Amino acid sequence: MSISLVIFLVFVLSTLGITYWASRRSRGASAYFAAGRTITAWQNGFAVAGDFMSAASFLGVVGLIALQGFDGFLYAIGGFVAFVTILLLIAEPLRNSGKYTLGDVLAYRLRPRPVRAMAAMSTLATILFYMIAQMVGAGALVRLLLADSGISYNVAVAGVGALMVVYVVFGGMLATTWVQIIKAVLLSACALLLAILVLAHFHFHLGALFAAAGQIAYHEQGRWVVRDFLLPGLRYKAPYGSLDLISLGFAFIFGTAGLPHILGKFYTVPDATAARKSVVWAMGLIGSFYVMTSVLGLGAASILGPDYILTHGGTNMSGPLLAEALAGKVFLAWVTAVAFATILAVVAGLTISASTSFAHDFWLNVIHHGRERKLGETVLVARMAALALGAVSIGIAILLGPASNVGILATMGMAVAASANFPVLVLAIYWRRFNTAGAVAGLAVGLLGSLGLILAGPNFMGIDPPGAARMARHLFQAKPWFPLENPGLLSVPLGFLAALAGTLLTAEPAAEAKFNELSVRVHTGLGAEPADLE
Amino acid sequence: MNPGEPERERPDWGRVAASARFQDLLGRKRRFIVRAFLFFSLYYFCLLLLTAYAPKLIAVRVTGTITLGYWFALSQFVVGGTIAWLYLRAATRFDGLSRDLLAESGKT
Repeated sequence: MSISLVIFLVFVLSTLGITYWASRRSRGASAYFAAGRTITAWQNGFAVAGDFMSAASFLGVVGLIALQGFDGFLYAIGGFVAFVTILLLIAEPLRNSGKYTLGDVLAYRLRPRPVRAMAAMSTLATILFYMIAQMVGAGALVRLLLADSGISYNVAVAGVGALMVVYVVFGGMLATTWVQIIKAVLLSACALLLAILVLAHFHFHLGALFAAAGQIAYHEQGRWVVRDFLLPGLRYKAPYGSLDLISLGFAFIFGTAGLPHILGKFYTVPDATAARKSVVWAMGLIGSFYVMTSVLGLGAASILGPDYILTHGGTNMSGPLLAEALAGKVFLAWVTAVAFATILAVVAGLTISASTSFAHDFWLNVIHHGRERKLGETVLVARMAALALGAVSIGIAILLGPASNVGILATMGMAVAASANFPVLVLAIYWRRFNTAGAVAGLAVGLLGSLGLILAGPNFMGIDPPGAARMARHLFQAKPWFPLENPGLLSVPLGFLAALAGTLLTAEPAAEAKFNELSVRVHTGLGAEPADLE
Repeated sequence: MNPGEPERERPDWGRVAASARFQDLLGRKRRFIVRAFLFFSLYYFCLLLLTAYAPKLIAVRVTGTITLGYWFALSQFVVGGTIAWLYLRAATRFDGLSRDLLAESGKT
């Protein structure tokens, strides 16, 4: 049995222990969906960081910097910058006005059934894209790193899916939160240790690392080139690279603030003050993590070189390969196990968020008009939804297979969050005139617009040379209708415009009349959902 | 409201919303948040715009081997952190104002 398997099993057993402990705590909807709102600010800060830092940010960003230098680093910055938006505009109003979901904030003064149905739909869409990306990533990781352990892609995908379902079904938000806290600690420690090893390699002389990163030599299309990894342009090339970069910025600064699984975390703290402090904790963790990823990425580029990375597992393996080169097999095993724990914590967060939205927004409030026929029914529905979501995600991830390009799926999730969820959330909280038609139009246009632009963009449309590998072929063999990979530049304004137009074309005096109430609640916390008594 | 959940007393929202103290709180919050958000968004998009349209400028090496672009990128973390710190300080004042106005409007 390999060392990483042992470390991973220790993580799994301790998190299962936490799940058992969480399942024995007090029952009830707010205990299940929001951990009884008793998570403290620092705990929630760690949990938010653990929820947000996916395999894409650990394996992906290190790889992007290792192969594309400065352009890859811009990805990391986007992830941090987004939390300033959450801190200033979203976290506190959300905690004060809602109960468990994004739909709650919209339904506060708008007609609940249409807005909740649409909010649930865009929540599920966002999460499904994210989820598949994570699951395929987990399977691919196993295939590359545990090739000799006898665990196949399918087994790994099914295993990750089964574990996340166990956490969520039995432990609810409380277990999910603690899994994420542990993961955040493990991941930060792992990145810190690796960063120290990289710096030690350069005798703790930062200038030496940057000097090395200034002249990276590798093969590009058969030619030997030497490039400066501190300069832009390795990823975003002419003619549309500049616009794509700005578009990516839109997706980050607005998208993260519309991710349902991040929003849900702010309901788990006792009040708005704790929500605010938890964002700052998360910013500290995520910010220092991303500064370290830049050291890791440039370290991987200069110590290993892009040629070595591409022939030993590809972009996403940069971090683990760096660990192996600097500290041997044991450290590689440790990094692999942490990467796995990372994926597990994120998919658990996605699962609880999707099942909460389905049960609370759609099942209870849309179908049953907000009334439970039997006490505790909503929690039961949420548990079944988590089970179903687990099965569907495992199925899709196995059907897609390990070679599929999952990076685009995470981009799609982020684009929907930025173009559909974020505009209506902000307008519902801050604009008196906003109404139901505006919310429905904003969500629908944001959702369809961002997905449509991605489908018409270079990720799905393109003319492949004959003989291209089947998995790498574009879905539509034609010139792309939309030139950018990231639709944010156009789809975020579209979402806002649709919300604006829908609002101005209709009048809803009841929604406007209730704005005072919402506003007092948002800004003073008067009437906000209280924490459960211990 | 689900069965089993205790019915909570409904506060008098209208009176609070109309009070001068609430309007004052709202104004102060709005001023801080709008300025901070606009400033930071501009600071962030400045990095992206310079990267996209002035690659020569950000390639200038300012300290030994480290480029202007890298320093600017790293400064995003510092500026974001500073804004968070300023906001925490301001929000403590907002919390005090909101406690006062709730006490005055008779909600205890």
